[in-house]
Amino acid sequence: MTANPAIVSLQNIGKTFHLGAHKVRGAHDLSFDLKGGRTLALVGESGSGKTTCARIIMREYIADEGQLLFHGAPVTDNTPKGLKQYRKNVQMIFQDPFASLNPAHTVDYHLRRPLALYRRDLKGKAVTDEVHALLRQVELDPEIVAPKHPHDLSGGQRQRINIARTLAVGAKVIIADEPTSMLDVSVRQGVLELLNRMKRDLGLALLYITHDVATAHYVAEDIMVMYGGQILEWGDVNAVLSNPQHDYTRMLLSAVPNPEIRFDDPQSRLDPASVNAVREQAKQLHPHIKTAGPNHFYRHTAP
Amino acid sequence: MNNPLLSVQDLSIEYVGDKTDFRAVDHVSFDVAPGEVFGLAGESGCGKSTIAFAISRLHKPPALICGGNIMVAGRNVLDLDANELARFRWHEVAMVFQSAMNSLNPVLRIESQFHDLLKRHRGYSKAQSRERCAELLKLVDIPADRMRDYPFQFSGGMRQRIVIAICLALEPKLIVMDEPTTALDVVVQREILQRINELRRQLGFSVLFITHDLGLMVQFCDRIGIMLDGKLVEQGTADQIYRAPTHDYTKKLWASFPSFHAPAPRQENAQ
Repeated sequence: MTANPAIVSLQNIGKTFHLGAHKVRGAHDLSFDLKGGRTLALVGESGSGKTTCARIIMREYIADEGQLLFHGAPVTDNTPKGLKQYRKNVQMIFQDPFASLNPAHTVDYHLRRPLALYRRDLKGKAVTDEVHALLRQVELDPEIVAPKHPHDLSGGQRQRINIARTLAVGAKVIIADEPTSMLDVSVRQGVLELLNRMKRDLGLALLYITHDVATAHYVAEDIMVMYGGQILEWGDVNAVLSNPQHDYTRMLLSAVPNPEIRFDDPQSRLDPASVNAVREQAKQLHPHIKTAGPNHFYRHTAP
Repeated sequence: MNNPLLSVQDLSIEYVGDKTDFRAVDHVSFDVAPGEVFGLAGESGCGKSTIAFAISRLHKPPALICGGNIMVAGRNVLDLDANELARFRWHEVAMVFQSAMNSLNPVLRIESQFHDLLKRHRGYSKAQSRERCAELLKLVDIPADRMRDYPFQFSGGMRQRIVIAICLALEPKLIVMDEPTTALDVVVQREILQRINELRRQLGFSVLFITHDLGLMVQFCDRIGIMLDGKLVEQGTADQIYRAPTHDYTKKLWASFPSFHAPAPRQENAQ
């Protein structure tokens, strides 16, 4: 792991949204690395700042504080050319496979566009060959799928097209924002396995954003738990999930559906008052970082 | 089952097309007892939502019920005329949709949305509606003084609870919930379903619960039916579906999503 340098790093990133006089903390003191061949999961509830974090990495938002590093160098070039160069390497997969493809165009067109923009060396038949190679890479049959429109495809197939699109650009880092939450359970695993295989075979760095702890456990090596714009606990996925330190992490894990525990069992009851107390506590600033294990850290309000 | 509240008998529903018809529900039969939570699980397109809509006769053409009966408290829903149907919906069967939190009217205060329903069906005055609204909001753990707020002032989970409170307004015997918490995160989902579970013990209504999350379904439901391509391939108690599934498809469904609590079949990780 030490021999594996970070492709994208965040250092003490902060972002505040201003709504008139009202301030909302979108991100506070975010620091983490995305490394080739590894998946980092980011879990948290709606509104915890997960997507803000993704947007900062995609440079859709400019952070108020801290630094974004790409291969160790600060990213400062905010011209269209600089952004294009950056986004050639860092690409995003969105939650809704039904909304992220243009319904008026074929699959072939969707994959030709990024090639025309980012792979200008390819001409004529080479482009067609590349489109077919990309579709094969995401386990779709090019002869059948390439001439189709998005409405002919299932959600899982569409999400595979989105993955192929990020590969067409030649991305090294993929930010996947809830890529499977709108898919059926039975196709979910196929898409997750495809992402896993891409990570292994192509050495991609993956940020997997989700509120589903079970799938995070399945695909990721490292995990971060976010609430109120802060990363409250992070580290090795098994260490964090088997030995959670922060109260919020514990509550989040206890709410994951578990067929062993029935709602009728009074012991299993999640008390709404204590849930709110944990949330209130988690909202406060946690300036102190504590170590729970070799690769397991959490934040605390007191030193 | 003796005196089931809901009895779906040999129900078949087809979507009528130009050239061919598509059978979305194929000879499905199940019963739901008073006070029971019955779960329907399956993938998208297996017909579970079509059944949910058909129970309150909310299905629209091209969907057509081509066989079977839907009995609610001894009456056949398919025989009701327009007037009877208006008295049947909300009074006996209420429905919560997946995106129910977006089904509130964005330009009306919460209290007027309750008043709409209570005036139409019970002839309540504004003051009576407000009183009932306060009671109902309290049931779903929302402070009554927030009834003067608009929907956008609430979080997604709170809006979903408000919709559930509206469903409870006329004390229906059955609530149909079609993926009621799929758009919400786990903590909020747990809070809401836990509350519904307490309410059904307290008020005695039945729930037809539809989701694709089998783990959640086992936690909440008394009995579960598994659907595949319009057919009900297995039904049993939650415990049996969890511990001893008999149909291959049920086993496949269990294997198809990573479980957080059971030891996960970890694949090798790139180090």
